[in-house]
Amino acid sequence: MSTLIFRSMAPVLGVALMVVSLLVLLGGHNAPGGGFAGGLIAAAAAIVYAMARGSEAVRRLLRIEPLGIAGVGGLIAVLSGLSGPATGRPFLTGLWLPIGVFGTPGLFDIGIYLVVFGAVTGLALALEADGEGAS
Amino acid sequence: MALDFDVFAILLLLAPFPAALLAPLIARETGAAAGWILAIVPAGLFLMLGAMLPSVASGKPVLLALDWVPALDVRLGFAVDGLSLLFALVITGVGAIVLVYADAYFRDHPQRGRFLALMLAFIGAMLGLVLADGLVALFTFWELTAVISFLLIGFDHERPAARRAATQALIVTGLGGLSLMAGGVLLRLVTQTWDLSAMGGFAGALPFSPAYPWIVGFLVVTAFTKSAQLPFHFWLPRAMEAPTPVSAYLHAAAMVQAGIYLLARLSPLLSGTPLWQALLCGLGGATLLWGAVRALAQTDLKQLLAQTTVAALGLMVFLLGIGGPSAAMAVAAVFIAHALYKAGLFLLTGIIDKQTGTRDITALGGLRDHLTITFIAVALAGLSMLGVPPFMGWFGKELGYSGFATTGWSIGLLAILVIGNALLGASALALVIRPFMGPPKPGLDRARDPSFAFWIGPVLLGLAGFVVVFALTPFGDAMLAPAAAAIAGRPVSQHLELAANPLALAFWLSIASWALAGLVYWQLDSIREMLRLLEQRFSWSMDKGLDALLSGLIRLGAALSRLLQHGRLETYLATIVGILALSVLGALWRVSAWPALRSGALSGPSLPEWGTLVLAVVGIGMVVLARSRLAAIFALGVQGLALALIFLVLGAPDLSLTQLIVEVLTVAILALIMIRLDLAPLDRRPPLSVGRDAVIAVVAAGGVTLLLMRVLAAPFNARLSDFFEANSAALAHGRNIVNVILVDFRGLDTLGEITVVFAAAIAAVALLRPSRTIAPVPAAAADAPTPQEVAP
Repeated sequence: MSTLIFRSMAPVLGVALMVVSLLVLLGGHNAPGGGFAGGLIAAAAAIVYAMARGSEAVRRLLRIEPLGIAGVGGLIAVLSGLSGPATGRPFLTGLWLPIGVFGTPGLFDIGIYLVVFGAVTGLALALEADGEGAS
Repeated sequence: MALDFDVFAILLLLAPFPAALLAPLIARETGAAAGWILAIVPAGLFLMLGAMLPSVASGKPVLLALDWVPALDVRLGFAVDGLSLLFALVITGVGAIVLVYADAYFRDHPQRGRFLALMLAFIGAMLGLVLADGLVALFTFWELTAVISFLLIGFDHERPAARRAATQALIVTGLGGLSLMAGGVLLRLVTQTWDLSAMGGFAGALPFSPAYPWIVGFLVVTAFTKSAQLPFHFWLPRAMEAPTPVSAYLHAAAMVQAGIYLLARLSPLLSGTPLWQALLCGLGGATLLWGAVRALAQTDLKQLLAQTTVAALGLMVFLLGIGGPSAAMAVAAVFIAHALYKAGLFLLTGIIDKQTGTRDITALGGLRDHLTITFIAVALAGLSMLGVPPFMGWFGKELGYSGFATTGWSIGLLAILVIGNALLGASALALVIRPFMGPPKPGLDRARDPSFAFWIGPVLLGLAGFVVVFALTPFGDAMLAPAAAAIAGRPVSQHLELAANPLALAFWLSIASWALAGLVYWQLDSIREMLRLLEQRFSWSMDKGLDALLSGLIRLGAALSRLLQHGRLETYLATIVGILALSVLGALWRVSAWPALRSGALSGPSLPEWGTLVLAVVGIGMVVLARSRLAAIFALGVQGLALALIFLVLGAPDLSLTQLIVEVLTVAILALIMIRLDLAPLDRRPPLSVGRDAVIAVVAAGGVTLLLMRVLAAPFNARLSDFFEANSAALAHGRNIVNVILVDFRGLDTLGEITVVFAAAIAAVALLRPSRTIAPVPAAAADAPTPQEVAP
């Protein structure tokens, strides 16, 4: 799996997938996509890179432990939901800026994106790392 | 304003908890003064509570309450009446003394700060327990004491014996906690209130409720586990593994008294029935005799004290069972006398242990010249324990005897009381005389009295059991009588008197107890020898029984896990899919809902639909026929892509997108797993196993197909989709309905889902971590992995 072609192309592929994942995430409210799909695409980017260059390389790039990213995502999701009670409304009430382009559901979606990305990447890296350890 | 005062007072009563948080810092920064500084908290509370005495004694309990969970009618209320005040004063007073002692005791211990913090937290929990008015708060503090006592008993957690004792205490008292919850909920159902102070109106009616036997049963189990009554008595002697200050506080003055407190608190509601009397007098009396006899067999000072504690707790339960004003007075007097002399004796045992290096009563002797202050303190405590006037213990005994006036002098019960008191007296004689009198034993010449911080506490406790004689009437009227009134459920106007009346039976019963105590002490060595022999004859005990029960539970759990979690993936899958097939087909058969198979029921597929269906079938066929595992995984991906295409064709782009990415990731992750598992590339299985799986798969697929056809036969209810379509953009500013549902309309579901994703990832990563502590199972060790993946 670590041919020269794959190794050279993996960063390009990874970056492209990352960009796509962000587009899918941000466009998700009006077009197909959203946090789940976006997070999965981002995880695919990480996995491609890990297959080419090993999980350690991905960890170096991320700087933060993937499960930590997932935890931050969960925190963002919960906090976006808490903005309701903070203003005297039920939990998870969507609050929107006056022009209606950005609101707490968007923040919630970003939380989903981070949880899915972090969780799937963490799992894949753990699997990959063990393959490395055996070599 | 009234509420503000409540908040302030409640926060003040909870002060030990913040003090516990600060304790490690204070211990580090202030060195030797930490114990004195921290003792200010319980000592201050002692004074604050003491200031409530006049008000409470005049019959006006202090009630403080805050809303806690208003929706469930739960309040955090503190009620200070005579009973809780008596307990609270002992808890804070003895707590302050033990803190000072503990600081000296652990002077050079690296975890001194942690110990002081736990002790303060325990004082707070115990104080909350006896002051709590609501059952919910009572339960919370009750469990808190169990958890903190677990940490305290197991303080030396590197010793297996300490860990075992801590676990055992936690299990036994944890059982009591569950029982308290059950009993408390039943009480709430019957009385319609959580507040103990509001239950008084049910005093006469409760015994006629059908729930009464259950309530009594649960609460008696609760109290008996905490207060070490038969048959739950065994954990207390075990818990002597705890450091001495812990024993002095938890196992004399505080935690073990919680059960007594609970029974006393509820006795106006529950007492007076044959059931109550039989349980409390029967088991309490049995515990009294059991503990008092076992105490005679001990040579270790701490074990001796533990057994006499069990006996004294039995005595209080016994007196609660008898009931009536005199017995209630006796309970209050025995409680305070016992807390003072027993806490003192534990602390003094710690001193003897520290200064001589042994706690064995047969190795000690003639210490009166070396440990003079210690000897005086032991003598003060011992005389109270023996029940010599004018010590506090004497009043407890005397009141207990006169309490029998209400039972018509039942001879059997009276005999239990006299013998129990006599045996406790014999132990007291042994404690005072054996280590200090007689010729000095070898190796004890250099023992000296310890520093001030050590002996001041026990001396104060010993004096406290004695000085009340100078203020007898105020003491009895302000402390004992209000507590007895709370126990008896009606005003008690009994006064303490020092005068001995040679015409009263109680006087002669006291004489008889002393005589018997002297007799037993005289024959102590031969009695001990006899008891040792008996103990060796009967090897079974509750203690070992619990061990057997626990190891049996663990073995059962292991066997069940091996049966259900055998680790054979094929069998898991066959089980899951098989049960799916059975439940679907079974449900269809039960309601006879077979779909009508009309021709043309399903409209004919269009050309793109045909194409994707063919692709899916080809993919599945390749999975089944593929010879190598890797090929099968890729073929599975083909089938998944076909599914994504079907979604797309049917107009669900969102679903299709997600399905596509999931398929890609599935293939990638499966490939990673395959590499890691290091299986043979080819999958060869016997035809029988293949056939079995094929049958299960076909039956399950058929069942799901029939179910779907049946579901589609029903007219489609479009209410929800209409709602989402109409409101997605208007209410949630989004045109992608799927996403709007996910992040807005059904946001809570999504929050649950990402929680599951997160938890699953944590579990998977934890499993994949190379294990360091857990030895590999033999099966895995047998086929050691060979290097497979060569990473750059």
